[in-house]
Amino acid sequence: MLENMKKLIRYYEDVISLNHKQEIARELRDEDDLFLLLLYSEMLGIPNPVYYYTLELYPHMIEEFHDWHLRMGMDKSPLNGIRCC
Amino acid sequence: MSAILVAIAGLIVFALGYRFYSKFIAEKIYRLDPDYVTPAHQYKDGVDFVPTNKYVLWGHHFTSVAGAAPILGPAIAVYWGWLPAVLWVVLGTVFAAGVHDFGTLVLSVRNKGQSIGTLANKLIGQRAKMLFLFIILILVLMVNAVFAWVIANLFITYPASVIPVFIQIPLAIWIGYAVYKRNVKMLLPSLLALGIMYTMAILSSGNTWMQIDLVRYMGGEEAAGLFGLGSVATAFFIWIIILLAYVYIASTLPVWKLLQPRDFINSHQLVVGLGILYLGLFLTNPEITAPATNPGADTSWLPLLFITIACGAISGFHGLVSSGTSSKQLNKETDARFVGYFGAVGEGILALVSILAVVTLFSNADEFLGAYTSFEAAGEIGLGNFVEGAAGLAQGLMIPQAVATTIVSIIVVSFAATTLDTSVRLMRYIITELGSEYKIKPLTKTHVATTVAVGSTAALVLIPEGPQGFGSGGYLLWPLFGTSNQLLAGISLLLVSLWLKRLGRNYIYTLIPMIFLLFMTMYALFQQVVFQWAWWAEGTNMLLFIFGAINFVFALWIALTAFAALAKGDGDELPK
Repeated sequence: MLENMKKLIRYYEDVISLNHKQEIARELRDEDDLFLLLLYSEMLGIPNPVYYYTLELYPHMIEEFHDWHLRMGMDKSPLNGIRCC
Repeated sequence: MSAILVAIAGLIVFALGYRFYSKFIAEKIYRLDPDYVTPAHQYKDGVDFVPTNKYVLWGHHFTSVAGAAPILGPAIAVYWGWLPAVLWVVLGTVFAAGVHDFGTLVLSVRNKGQSIGTLANKLIGQRAKMLFLFIILILVLMVNAVFAWVIANLFITYPASVIPVFIQIPLAIWIGYAVYKRNVKMLLPSLLALGIMYTMAILSSGNTWMQIDLVRYMGGEEAAGLFGLGSVATAFFIWIIILLAYVYIASTLPVWKLLQPRDFINSHQLVVGLGILYLGLFLTNPEITAPATNPGADTSWLPLLFITIACGAISGFHGLVSSGTSSKQLNKETDARFVGYFGAVGEGILALVSILAVVTLFSNADEFLGAYTSFEAAGEIGLGNFVEGAAGLAQGLMIPQAVATTIVSIIVVSFAATTLDTSVRLMRYIITELGSEYKIKPLTKTHVATTVAVGSTAALVLIPEGPQGFGSGGYLLWPLFGTSNQLLAGISLLLVSLWLKRLGRNYIYTLIPMIFLLFMTMYALFQQVVFQWAWWAEGTNMLLFIFGAINFVFALWIALTAFAALAKGDGDELPK
């Protein structure tokens, strides 16, 4: 009985928070996009003083980078250095 | 006649509709495939495309489509007697709304989760896009204007509801911040907020000083108000200005700050409201006192009944939700039957109990007919009667009359306020889109677009000759609300029919509701435009004439395109 009650409450909470989770995820993704833009600011012609270090992140973020440039409306990788596609 | 019998009969038909008709549609017509990779999996991005449990998705879908509209329409339509309204809600839900909501969901799932608007553009062409946007613009403008008046009216009639409703705003902002910044779970804070609101409702129902009654402050209904207006008109004016200022702020804030936390609280209110109504109905066992039909009606039920009850029987708005968000979150294609069809059934259940709340309110048929003297009067008193009727049912749960009335009015105001927020936001988006389409740069700015949205709403709402007195200018366009909404449903059903035809399946099950809807919409529009609003008719009204004529031409165009497309077997743009 108690278990069912807990299940019901969990279900109810999932229903009302569905919208909200989406909004939080969107906000986080926008922040991530901004972060990537800061890392690859050379794209906009802004010299990046830490490019040497950001390069080290390359293997970790290549997949994410691919998703990012697709989301930003660029079909192909905008950076010569990163050939994800 | 016992209201419980009608409710049980309605619920049985809903259950049979879901059990057998939707199963037939799912297996034989839409032929759902459990192995089909849905957009939620194919384009999974953790934001828009997220595979979601079907029960959770149903709950979300239902709370998105249920609001004040399935209460308002039935409360007016009982004017023709309870039987036509109940029949249309029950049969409309089973044979039209269910198939429509379910169909738009499946069509969108089979088309990368694209919305009905995008699909309609592909099919009907770019030329239609502007007209399509125009129809939606009228739709949201009407919603803004009517709901602003409805809320002001409820505040004036039930002044005890003002403080509990306004206290929801700071509570919602607090929840928004707590959840967003501190990652607190939202269930408990939102329940706490609801508790505070209802405690305030109990306190304000018993204490006159806690009731913000503007009319009383000005010295009663007969007293003079500001600017040469009477006290009631002044109260409407003040509330409408406050509401418009509020929606301006609310619709420009990020959704997580105010709109979403308010939605959590309102989801509880939907559950509370449905619980009160159905429990009250079964505990009080009220008699239906309204007549089954109203032979002395001044306006014929055909075709207006099918336009007056849109949400609750069939509504094009549901197709926008089905294809806009739900289709991107569907885990398995076979879940579409539960989410889409049963979502429509949920709305039907709400509309059914709204009808029963109103038709059990009066002590006998004469009293009912004395209140519902004309179709226009029905529009004026419908919602107030729902509040009183629902409060009557709530008394079965030992809730005192005054408190029950306040709580029901809070529920209705909360739903109406959320609708108002959302539709002002929607109007802002449309204005921005028109601005970028026609390269009018200022319109693409948030505050300019919101000012245009709120300004045009204010202009419409404050037209001096509104049918229900000052501030009710939105009601001038209300007859067009139902027609625009049904037109949208007709377009969606057309798309589903074309898709089915292309697959070589039997499309009669979507074609018949489509023909019925388009016919009723055009019939109603033609009747109103030619015999009521035109300059040669009695009730000349140029505003309605112009908007109505545009709607009619658009409806006719859609119908012709539909039949041409079906005859030619168009729809190549639609996927298999």
